[in-house]
Amino acid sequence: MLDLGVIVANFKFLVVQGLFGLGGFAGGTLRLAIPAIVLGFVLGIFIGLARLARSRFVSLPATLYVEFFRGVPLVMVIFWIWFIIPQLLRLPIPEYGVALTAFVIFEAAYFGEIIRAGIQSVPRGQVEAATAVGLTSAQTMRFVVLPQAIRNMVPALVTQMIVLFKDTSLASIIGYVDLTKAAQIVNNREIKPFELYLFIAVVYFVFTYSMSLFARRFERRLAS
Amino acid sequence: MAGAAIEFEGVSKWFGNHQVLTDIDLAIVPGEVVVVCGPSGSGKSTLIRCVNGLEPFQRGDLVVLGDSLASAGVRMPALRTRVGMVFQSFNLFPHMTVLENITLAPVRVRGLSATEAEKTARTLLERVRIPDKAGNYPANLSGGQQQRVAIARALAMQPKIMLFDEPTSALDPEMINEVLDVMTDLAKEGMTMMVVTHEMGFARRVAHRVVFMDAGRVVEEAKPEAFFAAPKSDRAKDFLSKILSH
Ligand SMILES: Nc1ncnc2c1ncn2[C@@H]1O[C@H](COP(=O)(O)OP(=O)(O)OP(=O)(O)O)[C@@H](O)[C@H]1O
Ligand SMILES: [Mg+2]
Repeated sequence: MLDLGVIVANFKFLVVQGLFGLGGFAGGTLRLAIPAIVLGFVLGIFIGLARLARSRFVSLPATLYVEFFRGVPLVMVIFWIWFIIPQLLRLPIPEYGVALTAFVIFEAAYFGEIIRAGIQSVPRGQVEAATAVGLTSAQTMRFVVLPQAIRNMVPALVTQMIVLFKDTSLASIIGYVDLTKAAQIVNNREIKPFELYLFIAVVYFVFTYSMSLFARRFERRLAS
Repeated sequence: MAGAAIEFEGVSKWFGNHQVLTDIDLAIVPGEVVVVCGPSGSGKSTLIRCVNGLEPFQRGDLVVLGDSLASAGVRMPALRTRVGMVFQSFNLFPHMTVLENITLAPVRVRGLSATEAEKTARTLLERVRIPDKAGNYPANLSGGQQQRVAIARALAMQPKIMLFDEPTSALDPEMINEVLDVMTDLAKEGMTMMVVTHEMGFARRVAHRVVFMDAGRVVEEAKPEAFFAAPKSDRAKDFLSKILSH
Protein backbone atom coordinates (compact mmCIF):
# COMPACT_ATOMS: atom_id res chain seq x y z
CA MET A 1 0.00 0.00 0.00
CA LEU A 2 1.08 3.54 -0.68
CA ASP A 3 2.08 5.34 2.49
CA LEU A 4 1.53 8.95 1.61
CA GLY A 5 2.36 9.93 5.19
CA VAL A 6 6.02 10.07 4.22
CA ILE A 7 5.22 12.73 1.63
CA VAL A 8 3.11 14.75 4.06
CA ALA A 9 5.71 14.56 6.80
CA ASN A 10 8.51 15.66 4.49
CA PHE A 11 6.46 17.91 2.25
CA LYS A 12 8.15 21.07 3.41
CA PHE A 13 11.64 19.69 2.82
CA LEU A 14 10.78 18.18 -0.54
CA VAL A 15 8.88 21.12 -1.95
CA VAL A 16 10.17 24.22 -0.20
CA GLN A 17 13.77 23.06 -0.18
CA GLY A 18 13.98 20.60 -3.04
CA LEU A 19 11.68 22.23 -5.56
CA PHE A 20 11.90 25.94 -4.76
CA GLY A 21 15.29 26.06 -3.06
CA LEU A 22 14.22 28.07 -0.01
CA GLY A 23 15.95 26.46 2.90
CA GLY A 24 19.21 25.78 4.66
CA PHE A 25 20.74 23.74 1.79
CA ALA A 26 22.09 25.25 -1.35
CA GLY A 27 19.57 23.86 -3.74
CA GLY A 28 16.23 23.90 -5.41
CA THR A 29 15.18 22.65 -8.84
CA LEU A 30 13.40 25.85 -9.85
CA ARG A 31 16.08 28.09 -8.38
CA LEU A 32 18.49 26.40 -10.76
CA ALA A 33 16.26 25.72 -13.76
CA ILE A 34 14.75 29.19 -14.21
CA PRO A 35 17.98 31.21 -14.33
CA ALA A 36 19.62 28.42 -16.34
CA ILE A 37 16.86 28.62 -18.95
CA VAL A 38 16.92 32.41 -19.11
CA LEU A 39 20.70 32.80 -19.18
CA GLY A 40 21.22 29.81 -21.47
CA PHE A 41 18.70 31.25 -23.89
CA VAL A 42 20.33 34.69 -23.85
CA LEU A 43 23.79 33.21 -24.41
CA GLY A 44 22.24 30.98 -27.06
CA ILE A 45 20.94 34.02 -28.97
CA PHE A 46 24.50 35.35 -29.20
CA ILE A 47 25.87 31.98 -30.24
CA GLY A 48 23.14 31.46 -32.84
CA LEU A 49 23.70 34.91 -34.33
CA ALA A 50 27.47 34.42 -34.23
CA ARG A 51 27.15 31.18 -36.18
CA LEU A 52 25.36 33.10 -38.91
CA ALA A 53 27.87 35.94 -38.99
CA ARG A 54 29.57 36.58 -42.31
CA SER A 55 33.00 36.86 -40.69
CA ARG A 56 34.69 33.51 -40.08
CA PHE A 57 36.41 34.97 -37.02
CA VAL A 58 32.99 35.16 -35.43
CA SER A 59 31.24 32.14 -36.93
CA LEU A 60 34.05 29.61 -36.51
CA PRO A 61 34.44 29.91 -32.72
CA ALA A 62 30.66 29.74 -32.38
CA THR A 63 30.54 26.61 -34.52
CA LEU A 64 33.33 24.99 -32.50
CA TYR A 65 31.52 25.88 -29.28
CA VAL A 66 28.31 24.27 -30.45
CA GLU A 67 29.95 21.15 -31.84
CA PHE A 68 32.07 20.72 -28.73
CA PHE A 69 29.34 21.04 -26.11
CA ARG A 70 26.93 18.95 -28.11
CA GLY A 71 29.59 16.28 -28.27
CA VAL A 72 30.30 15.85 -24.55
CA PRO A 73 28.04 14.61 -21.75
CA LEU A 74 26.49 17.19 -19.46
CA VAL A 75 27.71 15.31 -16.39
CA MET A 76 31.26 15.76 -17.59
CA VAL A 77 30.81 19.51 -17.95
CA ILE A 78 29.47 19.64 -14.41
CA PHE A 79 32.49 17.69 -13.15
CA TRP A 80 34.94 19.92 -14.95
CA ILE A 81 33.53 23.03 -13.47
CA TRP A 82 33.29 21.35 -10.09
CA PHE A 83 36.89 20.09 -10.00
CA ILE A 84 38.92 22.11 -12.47
CA ILE A 85 37.76 25.71 -12.34
CA PRO A 86 38.25 26.10 -8.55
CA GLN A 87 41.80 24.78 -8.99
CA LEU A 88 42.57 27.15 -11.82
CA LEU A 89 41.08 30.13 -10.04
CA ARG A 90 42.21 28.99 -6.59
CA LEU A 91 38.72 29.84 -5.47
CA PRO A 92 36.05 27.57 -4.07
CA ILE A 93 32.84 27.74 -6.09
CA PRO A 94 29.59 26.77 -4.35
CA GLU A 95 27.45 23.96 -5.80
CA TYR A 96 24.87 26.42 -7.02
CA GLY A 97 27.45 28.43 -8.98
CA VAL A 98 28.95 25.27 -10.47
CA ALA A 99 25.59 23.84 -11.51
CA LEU A 100 24.29 27.09 -12.97
CA THR A 101 27.49 27.73 -14.93
CA ALA A 102 27.52 24.20 -16.30
CA PHE A 103 23.89 24.33 -17.40
CA VAL A 104 24.16 27.76 -19.00
CA ILE A 105 27.30 26.87 -20.93
CA PHE A 106 25.97 23.49 -22.01
CA GLU A 107 22.43 24.47 -22.90
CA ALA A 108 23.50 27.61 -24.77
CA ALA A 109 24.95 25.31 -27.42
CA TYR A 110 21.53 23.73 -27.97
CA PHE A 111 19.60 26.99 -27.77
CA GLY A 112 22.10 28.51 -30.20
CA GLU A 113 21.41 25.76 -32.71
CA ILE A 114 17.65 26.21 -32.39
CA ILE A 115 17.99 29.95 -32.90
CA ARG A 116 20.29 29.51 -35.89
CA ALA A 117 17.93 27.04 -37.52
CA GLY A 118 14.95 29.30 -36.78
CA ILE A 119 16.59 32.29 -38.41
CA GLN A 120 17.65 30.22 -41.40
CA SER A 121 14.11 28.94 -41.80
CA VAL A 122 13.03 32.43 -42.86
CA PRO A 123 13.22 32.55 -46.66
CA ARG A 124 15.91 34.73 -48.23
CA GLY A 125 13.23 36.61 -50.16
CA GLN A 126 12.03 38.09 -46.87
CA VAL A 127 15.42 39.63 -46.19
CA GLU A 128 15.64 40.86 -49.76
CA ALA A 129 12.21 42.48 -49.64
CA ALA A 130 13.03 44.21 -46.36
CA THR A 131 16.39 45.34 -47.69
CA ALA A 132 14.79 46.59 -50.89
CA VAL A 133 12.43 48.95 -49.04
CA GLY A 134 15.40 50.51 -47.27
CA LEU A 135 15.48 48.76 -43.90
CA THR A 136 18.95 48.40 -42.38
CA SER A 137 20.14 44.91 -41.56
CA ALA A 138 19.37 45.45 -37.87
CA GLN A 139 15.83 46.60 -38.69
CA THR A 140 15.39 43.68 -41.08
CA MET A 141 16.40 41.31 -38.30
CA ARG A 142 14.11 42.94 -35.75
CA PHE A 143 10.95 43.55 -37.73
CA VAL A 144 11.02 40.88 -40.41
CA VAL A 145 13.31 37.94 -39.61
CA LEU A 146 13.05 37.46 -35.85
CA PRO A 147 9.24 37.60 -35.56
CA GLN A 148 9.00 34.82 -38.14
CA ALA A 149 11.99 32.92 -36.80
CA ILE A 150 10.67 32.90 -33.23
CA ARG A 151 7.37 31.49 -34.40
CA ASN A 152 9.24 28.64 -36.07
CA MET A 153 11.45 28.13 -33.03
CA VAL A 154 8.82 27.87 -30.30
CA PRO A 155 8.25 24.08 -30.44
CA ALA A 156 11.98 23.27 -30.40
CA LEU A 157 12.72 25.87 -27.73
CA VAL A 158 10.07 24.50 -25.41
CA THR A 159 11.28 20.94 -25.92
CA GLN A 160 14.78 22.07 -25.02
CA MET A 161 13.52 23.93 -21.94
CA ILE A 162 11.73 20.80 -20.80
CA VAL A 163 14.89 18.75 -21.29
CA LEU A 164 16.88 21.32 -19.33
CA PHE A 165 14.32 21.37 -16.55
CA LYS A 166 14.58 17.61 -16.11
CA ASP A 167 18.35 17.59 -16.52
CA THR A 168 18.75 19.80 -13.46
CA SER A 169 18.41 16.55 -11.49
CA LEU A 170 21.98 15.82 -12.61
CA ALA A 171 23.18 18.60 -10.32
CA SER A 172 22.57 16.26 -7.39
CA ILE A 173 25.82 14.44 -8.23
CA ILE A 174 27.82 17.34 -6.80
CA GLY A 175 25.64 17.48 -3.71
CA TYR A 176 23.24 20.13 -4.95
CA VAL A 177 19.94 19.55 -3.18
CA ASP A 178 17.32 19.70 -5.90
CA LEU A 179 14.05 17.82 -5.92
CA THR A 180 15.71 14.50 -6.82
CA LYS A 181 18.40 14.85 -4.19
CA ALA A 182 15.84 15.88 -1.57
CA ALA A 183 13.86 12.74 -2.29
CA GLN A 184 17.03 10.69 -2.03
CA ILE A 185 17.90 12.26 1.34
CA VAL A 186 14.44 11.51 2.72
CA ASN A 187 14.52 8.00 1.29
CA ASN A 188 17.84 7.24 2.96
CA ARG A 189 16.15 7.94 6.24
CA GLU A 190 12.66 6.56 5.67
CA ILE A 191 13.19 3.89 2.99
CA LYS A 192 10.00 4.67 1.07
CA PRO A 193 11.36 4.77 -2.47
CA PHE A 194 8.12 3.96 -4.20
CA GLU A 195 6.16 6.83 -2.66
CA LEU A 196 8.99 9.35 -2.82
CA TYR A 197 10.04 8.74 -6.39
CA LEU A 198 6.45 8.55 -7.55
CA PHE A 199 5.82 11.89 -5.88
CA ILE A 200 8.72 13.65 -7.54
CA ALA A 201 7.82 12.09 -10.89
CA VAL A 202 4.39 13.70 -10.55
CA VAL A 203 5.97 17.05 -9.69
CA TYR A 204 8.31 16.93 -12.69
CA PHE A 205 5.45 15.91 -14.92
CA VAL A 206 3.15 18.70 -13.75
CA PHE A 207 5.80 21.26 -14.56
CA THR A 208 6.84 19.89 -17.93
CA TYR A 209 3.27 19.26 -19.01
CA SER A 210 2.27 22.82 -18.15
CA MET A 211 5.22 24.02 -20.17
CA SER A 212 4.02 22.15 -23.24
CA LEU A 213 0.43 23.30 -22.72
CA PHE A 214 1.62 26.87 -22.47
CA ALA A 215 3.72 26.43 -25.59
CA ARG A 216 0.81 25.01 -27.53
CA ARG A 217 -1.38 27.94 -26.56
CA PHE A 218 1.41 30.39 -27.39
CA GLU A 219 1.87 28.79 -30.81
CA ARG A 220 -1.82 29.00 -31.51
CA ARG A 221 -1.80 32.68 -30.56
CA LEU A 222 1.14 33.34 -32.87
CA ALA A 223 -0.52 31.47 -35.70
CA SER A 224 -3.71 33.55 -35.66
CA MET B 1 24.65 60.00 -70.51
CA ALA B 2 23.79 63.15 -68.59
CA GLY B 3 20.52 63.04 -66.73
CA ALA B 4 20.12 59.26 -66.83
CA ALA B 5 18.19 57.73 -63.95
CA ILE B 6 20.16 54.50 -64.22
CA GLU B 7 23.44 54.15 -66.02
CA PHE B 8 25.47 50.96 -66.33
CA GLU B 9 29.04 51.71 -67.38
CA GLY B 10 30.93 48.56 -68.28
CA VAL B 11 29.44 46.56 -65.40
CA SER B 12 30.76 43.03 -64.97
CA LYS B 13 29.82 40.56 -62.31
CA TRP B 14 31.01 37.13 -61.30
CA PHE B 15 29.58 34.48 -58.99
CA GLY B 16 32.87 32.89 -57.98
CA ASN B 17 34.59 32.11 -61.27
CA HIS B 18 31.38 32.20 -63.23
CA GLN B 19 30.89 35.49 -65.07
CA VAL B 20 27.19 36.37 -65.18
CA LEU B 21 27.33 39.96 -66.45
CA THR B 22 29.83 41.09 -69.06
CA ASP B 23 30.53 44.74 -69.82
CA ILE B 24 26.99 45.98 -69.51
CA ASP B 25 26.47 49.48 -70.90
CA LEU B 26 22.94 50.70 -70.58
CA ALA B 27 21.38 54.04 -69.74
CA ILE B 28 17.78 54.57 -68.75
CA VAL B 29 16.36 58.09 -68.67
CA PRO B 30 13.76 59.33 -66.17
CA GLY B 31 10.26 58.27 -67.15
CA GLU B 32 11.49 55.51 -69.41
CA VAL B 33 10.05 52.00 -69.28
CA VAL B 34 12.55 49.33 -70.25
CA VAL B 35 11.61 45.69 -70.63
CA VAL B 36 14.45 43.22 -70.15
CA CYS B 37 14.02 39.79 -71.70
CA GLY B 38 16.17 36.84 -72.61
CA PRO B 39 16.54 33.13 -71.98
CA SER B 40 16.70 31.64 -68.50
CA GLY B 41 20.06 32.17 -66.86
CA SER B 42 21.00 35.05 -69.15
CA GLY B 43 21.46 37.40 -66.18
CA LYS B 44 18.25 39.45 -66.21
CA SER B 45 17.56 39.15 -62.50
CA THR B 46 21.18 39.77 -61.66
CA LEU B 47 21.14 42.88 -63.83
CA ILE B 48 18.21 44.54 -62.13
CA ARG B 49 19.28 43.38 -58.67
CA CYS B 50 22.48 45.35 -59.17
CA VAL B 51 20.46 48.55 -59.46
CA ASN B 52 19.36 48.51 -55.81
CA GLY B 53 22.49 46.82 -54.59
CA LEU B 54 20.97 43.43 -53.79
CA GLU B 55 23.85 42.06 -55.89
CA PRO B 56 27.29 43.64 -55.77
CA PHE B 57 29.30 43.81 -58.99
CA GLN B 58 33.05 43.62 -59.42
CA ARG B 59 33.88 45.83 -62.36
CA GLY B 60 32.58 49.01 -63.96
CA ASP B 61 30.22 51.50 -62.42
CA LEU B 62 26.51 51.85 -62.00
CA VAL B 63 25.10 55.32 -61.38
CA VAL B 64 21.62 55.35 -59.89
CA LEU B 65 19.87 58.70 -59.43
CA GLY B 66 23.25 60.41 -59.37
CA ASP B 67 24.88 58.04 -56.88
CA SER B 68 27.76 55.87 -58.04
CA LEU B 69 27.35 52.40 -56.55
CA ALA B 70 30.98 51.51 -57.20
CA SER B 71 32.24 54.29 -54.97
CA ALA B 72 32.70 53.53 -51.31
CA GLY B 73 30.55 55.44 -48.90
CA VAL B 74 27.28 55.37 -50.80
CA ARG B 75 24.60 54.72 -48.21
CA MET B 76 22.68 51.79 -49.64
CA PRO B 77 19.62 51.91 -47.35
CA ALA B 78 19.07 55.55 -48.29
CA LEU B 79 19.45 54.81 -51.98
CA ARG B 80 17.09 51.85 -51.73
CA THR B 81 14.29 54.07 -50.46
CA ARG B 82 14.41 55.77 -53.86
CA VAL B 83 14.35 52.51 -55.81
CA GLY B 84 11.36 50.21 -55.36
CA MET B 85 11.49 46.51 -56.18
CA VAL B 86 8.84 43.91 -56.91
CA PHE B 87 9.77 40.22 -56.87
CA GLN B 88 8.46 37.20 -58.71
CA SER B 89 7.45 35.52 -55.46
CA PHE B 90 5.88 38.68 -53.92
CA ASN B 91 7.85 38.32 -50.67
CA LEU B 92 5.19 39.96 -48.55
CA PHE B 93 5.85 39.74 -44.81
CA PRO B 94 3.49 36.93 -43.75
CA HIS B 95 3.30 37.99 -40.08
CA MET B 96 1.97 41.44 -40.94
CA THR B 97 -1.32 42.63 -42.33
CA VAL B 98 -1.46 44.28 -45.73
CA LEU B 99 -1.48 47.68 -44.04
CA GLU B 100 1.50 46.80 -41.85
CA ASN B 101 3.40 45.50 -44.86
CA ILE B 102 2.96 48.84 -46.56
CA THR B 103 3.61 51.10 -43.58
CA LEU B 104 6.64 49.29 -42.12
CA ALA B 105 9.30 51.11 -44.13
CA PRO B 106 7.64 54.56 -44.19
CA VAL B 107 7.40 54.43 -40.39
CA ARG B 108 10.75 52.79 -39.61
CA VAL B 109 12.88 54.31 -42.35
CA ARG B 110 11.17 57.58 -43.22
CA GLY B 111 10.04 58.25 -39.67
CA LEU B 112 6.44 58.99 -40.64
CA SER B 113 3.81 58.78 -37.93
CA ALA B 114 1.60 55.70 -38.03
CA THR B 115 -1.41 57.81 -39.00
CA GLU B 116 0.34 59.52 -41.89
CA ALA B 117 1.76 56.24 -43.16
CA GLU B 118 -1.63 54.59 -42.92
CA LYS B 119 -3.27 57.37 -44.89
CA THR B 120 -0.73 56.99 -47.70
CA ALA B 121 -1.09 53.22 -47.56
CA ARG B 122 -4.85 53.42 -48.01
CA THR B 123 -4.45 55.74 -50.98
CA LEU B 124 -2.00 53.28 -52.51
CA LEU B 125 -4.39 50.39 -51.95
CA GLU B 126 -7.00 52.36 -53.89
CA ARG B 127 -4.47 52.82 -56.63
CA VAL B 128 -3.74 49.10 -56.88
CA ARG B 129 -7.49 48.45 -56.67
CA ILE B 130 -7.74 46.50 -53.43
CA PRO B 131 -8.90 49.14 -50.92
CA ASP B 132 -10.85 46.57 -48.90
CA LYS B 133 -7.93 44.25 -48.08
CA ALA B 134 -6.02 46.50 -45.67
CA GLY B 135 -6.62 44.28 -42.64
CA ASN B 136 -5.96 40.94 -44.33
CA TYR B 137 -2.90 38.79 -43.94
CA PRO B 138 -1.05 37.92 -47.15
CA ALA B 139 -1.97 34.24 -46.82
CA ASN B 140 -5.62 35.21 -47.32
CA LEU B 141 -5.04 36.99 -50.61
CA SER B 142 -4.82 35.64 -54.15
CA GLY B 143 -1.49 35.81 -55.94
CA GLY B 144 -2.60 38.76 -58.02
CA GLN B 145 -3.71 40.63 -54.90
CA GLN B 146 -0.46 39.82 -53.11
CA GLN B 147 1.57 41.14 -55.99
CA ARG B 148 -0.45 44.35 -56.06
CA VAL B 149 0.18 44.78 -52.32
CA ALA B 150 3.88 44.27 -53.03
CA ILE B 151 3.68 47.06 -55.60
CA ALA B 152 1.91 49.31 -53.08
CA ARG B 153 4.56 48.47 -50.48
CA ALA B 154 7.31 49.56 -52.86
CA LEU B 155 5.43 52.72 -53.88
CA ALA B 156 4.93 53.73 -50.25
CA MET B 157 8.54 54.90 -50.13
CA GLN B 158 7.80 57.22 -53.07
CA PRO B 159 10.59 55.78 -55.21
CA LYS B 160 11.86 57.44 -58.37
CA ILE B 161 12.57 54.08 -59.99
CA MET B 162 10.67 50.80 -59.90
CA LEU B 163 12.29 47.45 -60.62
CA PHE B 164 10.15 44.43 -61.49
CA ASP B 165 11.63 40.93 -61.66
CA GLU B 166 9.14 38.72 -63.48
CA PRO B 167 6.22 40.11 -61.49
CA THR B 168 3.63 37.91 -63.20
CA SER B 169 5.53 34.64 -63.66
CA ALA B 170 4.21 33.11 -60.46
CA LEU B 171 0.60 34.06 -61.19
CA ASP B 172 -2.29 32.08 -62.58
CA PRO B 173 -3.14 33.35 -66.06
CA GLU B 174 -6.37 35.01 -65.00
CA MET B 175 -4.50 37.20 -62.50
CA ILE B 176 -1.75 38.39 -64.77
CA ASN B 177 -3.70 41.26 -66.23
CA GLU B 178 -4.71 42.81 -62.94
CA VAL B 179 -1.03 43.19 -62.11
CA LEU B 180 -0.05 44.36 -65.60
CA ASP B 181 -2.83 46.95 -65.49
CA VAL B 182 -1.41 48.46 -62.31
CA MET B 183 2.04 48.52 -63.89
CA THR B 184 0.62 50.16 -67.01
CA ASP B 185 -0.96 52.90 -64.88
CA LEU B 186 2.36 53.44 -63.19
CA ALA B 187 4.16 53.74 -66.52
CA LYS B 188 1.58 56.26 -67.75
CA GLU B 189 2.18 58.35 -64.64
CA GLY B 190 5.80 58.66 -65.72
CA MET B 191 7.54 56.20 -63.40
CA THR B 192 11.01 55.08 -64.48
CA MET B 193 10.70 51.32 -64.75
CA MET B 194 12.96 48.36 -65.43
CA VAL B 195 10.83 45.29 -65.98
CA VAL B 196 12.07 41.74 -66.48
CA THR B 197 9.16 39.99 -68.11
CA HIS B 198 8.16 37.58 -70.81
CA GLU B 199 4.82 39.32 -71.25
CA MET B 200 5.43 40.47 -74.77
CA GLY B 201 2.02 42.13 -75.04
CA PHE B 202 2.97 44.37 -72.13
CA ALA B 203 6.33 45.10 -73.72
CA ARG B 204 4.67 46.06 -77.00
CA ARG B 205 2.08 48.32 -75.40
CA VAL B 206 3.98 49.93 -72.56
CA ALA B 207 7.74 49.69 -73.00
CA HIS B 208 9.77 52.43 -74.60
CA ARG B 209 12.62 50.07 -75.17
CA VAL B 210 13.29 46.34 -75.09
CA VAL B 211 16.65 45.02 -73.95
CA PHE B 212 17.48 41.48 -74.96
CA MET B 213 20.10 39.64 -72.91
CA ASP B 214 21.92 36.43 -73.55
CA ALA B 215 24.76 34.83 -71.60
CA GLY B 216 25.35 37.90 -69.45
CA ARG B 217 25.49 40.42 -72.28
CA VAL B 218 23.07 42.94 -73.68
CA VAL B 219 22.77 41.54 -77.17
CA GLU B 220 20.18 43.87 -78.57
CA GLU B 221 18.23 46.96 -77.56
CA ALA B 222 15.51 48.48 -79.66
CA LYS B 223 12.10 50.05 -79.65
CA PRO B 224 9.48 47.33 -79.11
CA GLU B 225 8.00 47.64 -82.63
CA ALA B 226 11.41 47.21 -84.21
CA PHE B 227 12.44 44.42 -81.84
CA PHE B 228 9.33 42.33 -82.39
CA ALA B 229 9.06 43.00 -86.11
CA ALA B 230 12.68 42.36 -86.97
CA PRO B 231 15.05 41.22 -84.26
CA LYS B 232 18.61 41.64 -85.49
CA SER B 233 20.42 38.84 -83.72
CA ASP B 234 19.81 35.17 -84.32
CA ARG B 235 19.59 34.55 -80.62
CA ALA B 236 16.77 37.08 -80.26
CA LYS B 237 14.96 35.54 -83.24
CA ASP B 238 15.31 32.12 -81.70
CA PHE B 239 14.13 33.40 -78.30
CA LEU B 240 11.11 35.20 -79.75
CA SER B 241 10.03 32.22 -81.79
CA LYS B 242 10.03 30.12 -78.62
CA ILE B 243 8.22 32.71 -76.52
CA LEU B 244 5.59 33.64 -79.06
CA SER B 245 4.85 30.11 -80.17
CA HIS B 246 2.90 29.39 -76.99
N1 LIG C 1 23.47 33.38 -55.93
C1 LIG C 1 24.03 32.83 -57.04
N2 LIG C 1 25.16 32.12 -56.92
C2 LIG C 1 25.76 31.58 -58.01
N3 LIG C 1 25.30 31.70 -59.27
C3 LIG C 1 24.17 32.40 -59.44
C4 LIG C 1 23.46 33.00 -58.33
N4 LIG C 1 22.38 33.64 -58.81
C5 LIG C 1 22.39 33.44 -60.14
N5 LIG C 1 23.45 32.70 -60.52
C6 LIG C 1 23.80 32.33 -61.90
O1 LIG C 1 23.90 33.53 -62.65
C7 LIG C 1 23.37 33.37 -63.94
C8 LIG C 1 22.32 34.44 -64.18
O2 LIG C 1 21.24 34.23 -63.31
P1 LIG C 1 19.95 35.13 -63.29
O3 LIG C 1 19.12 34.68 -62.17
O4 LIG C 1 20.36 36.56 -63.32
O5 LIG C 1 19.30 34.76 -64.68
P2 LIG C 1 17.87 35.15 -65.23
O6 LIG C 1 18.10 35.68 -66.59
O7 LIG C 1 17.16 36.01 -64.27
O8 LIG C 1 17.19 33.73 -65.36
P3 LIG C 1 15.64 33.32 -65.12
O9 LIG C 1 14.90 33.67 -66.38
O10 LIG C 1 15.74 31.84 -64.93
O11 LIG C 1 15.15 34.05 -63.91
C9 LIG C 1 22.84 31.95 -64.02
O12 LIG C 1 23.79 31.17 -64.65
C10 LIG C 1 22.70 31.54 -62.59
O13 LIG C 1 22.89 30.16 -62.45
MG1 LIG D 1 15.45 35.76 -63.06
